[in-house]
Amino acid sequence: MSEHEALPVLSTRSFSLWYGSHQAVIEVNLDIAERQITAIIGPSGCGKSTLIRAFNRLNDLIPGVRTSGEILFRGETIYGRGVDPVNVRHHIGMVFQKPNPFPKSVFENVAFGLRINGFRGNLAERVESALERAALWDEVKDDLHRKTGYDLSGGQQQRLCIARALAVDPEVLLMDEPCSALDPIATAKIEDLIRELASSVTVAIVTHNMQQAARVSDFTAFMLLGELVEFGLTRELFTRPKDSRTEAYITGRFG
Amino acid sequence: MNLIPRSLSRASRGRSRRERLATAGLATAGLLAVVLTFTIIALFVHGSIPFVRTVPLREFLGGTRWAPLHEPASYGILPLVGATVVTTGIALAVAVPLGLLSAVFLSTYAPSSVRRVFKPALELLAGIPTVVYGFFALRFVTPLLQSLIPVLGFWNGLSAGLVMGIMIVPYMASLSEDVLYAVPRSLWEGAYALGATRFETVIRVVIPAALSGIGAAFILAMTRAVGETMIVALAAGRTPTWPPDPTQPLLTLTTAIVNIATGDHEATAFIWSAVFAIGLLLFLTTLVLNTVSYLVIQRFRQRYA
Repeated sequence: MSEHEALPVLSTRSFSLWYGSHQAVIEVNLDIAERQITAIIGPSGCGKSTLIRAFNRLNDLIPGVRTSGEILFRGETIYGRGVDPVNVRHHIGMVFQKPNPFPKSVFENVAFGLRINGFRGNLAERVESALERAALWDEVKDDLHRKTGYDLSGGQQQRLCIARALAVDPEVLLMDEPCSALDPIATAKIEDLIRELASSVTVAIVTHNMQQAARVSDFTAFMLLGELVEFGLTRELFTRPKDSRTEAYITGRFG
Repeated sequence: MNLIPRSLSRASRGRSRRERLATAGLATAGLLAVVLTFTIIALFVHGSIPFVRTVPLREFLGGTRWAPLHEPASYGILPLVGATVVTTGIALAVAVPLGLLSAVFLSTYAPSSVRRVFKPALELLAGIPTVVYGFFALRFVTPLLQSLIPVLGFWNGLSAGLVMGIMIVPYMASLSEDVLYAVPRSLWEGAYALGATRFETVIRVVIPAALSGIGAAFILAMTRAVGETMIVALAAGRTPTWPPDPTQPLLTLTTAIVNIATGDHEATAFIWSAVFAIGLLLFLTTLVLNTVSYLVIQRFRQRYA
């Protein structure tokens, strides 16, 4: 299978993270393969969101955060001296738990990342293609400038946020429980979309919904109390878990 | 002792009576405030009736000469309105940029330790009695300005307006800081995740998101300036002029009231009804401004509920 041979885009090397004195991520070693979907699952408080927010250095915004070990993006450390987190985030986009469109028009929401990066090409074209990729174009093409992000439904808002992230052409898209605020129909649409996106972008998705991980992902990582318990092909992890804790979790004995 | 009543029927008589008493007492207190407000409006309307009967509305609102104690008397309010607009405009020109910049600094750039010290200090500034500001304007700012602008009068609208602006900075800053701080964390993260710097995030996302709240702060600051009395009474003078010149003495709406009220007039004199008419005009202006800012804030709240 080609899945095994795919090169890692992101890898963590004994990565640990502390909030003050509380260690939220403990010595995690994980490879995220190119153009694959990697799901990170685990019960609340297991450190999965913290880990994914470490991939684009969003935890930097929280006072008292400390890290050790390394995270490599295409072999280059993203926590090193002289690394500008702003540049890291140009390559690694993110979609959040709750849709967070800006209080601007649909068009300006998608154009935001391009504008701040001094994009000189055809803005309208890029906005359109990003909205196409996020499967939102047909629903908003007539109201691009008239509607703001808040005028859309929850599912549309989340797809707008995906389009916004895609517009700057990131190599990796991080998704932090992107469906937790959505109804089942909107969730299904986003899941289809994630599958489609994987042909062009590497996706890492955090979810507390095991079925979702099983449905959308190629690889799954199971975290518990800050540790990476098990990592492997999704279909293997869910059918033949190697660790008894993984088995206990996926069969619903805790969580 | 058993504190939990055994039956599920109504609580003991004493308790439910206390509950009713508390409700009635609180309702009375609340109602009293509303009743008092409406009484004040009614009194102003009632007090201005003789004035409205005698002076044609067109002369009052359109006249450019304010000379209520001369023979023949003239009741044109434009010089007063003009003076208020000039001093308010100068005050806002100082307070809005300064207030907004300190609000942005406090809510976004300042570490929380600085914020904890700076914000109470700013609010302390709001506690300085306005008479102190007025004296400061008259005896310090005016002489300072006179060395730059020789034609500046001993009393003038410029100095009063500038100091009034300093007085309003804390209001503008504190109110704007609240709305900036209330901009959801998720919007910050959304912008950061797209590779925006802090400055880009503040300018392009956070301030636009807080704009309606900042607008409300602006209107409230304006209300403060329109209604401010002591600073203009001390530093702006008492001369109704038209057109208003900020370098020369002015008579604002508020100081016109002070002027008449501190003068030696019989209790039944007609001039008192002019005070009520000016008061009513001021009241309506601030009421409109406050209502607008309230509505704007409501809209802001809804959006991020």
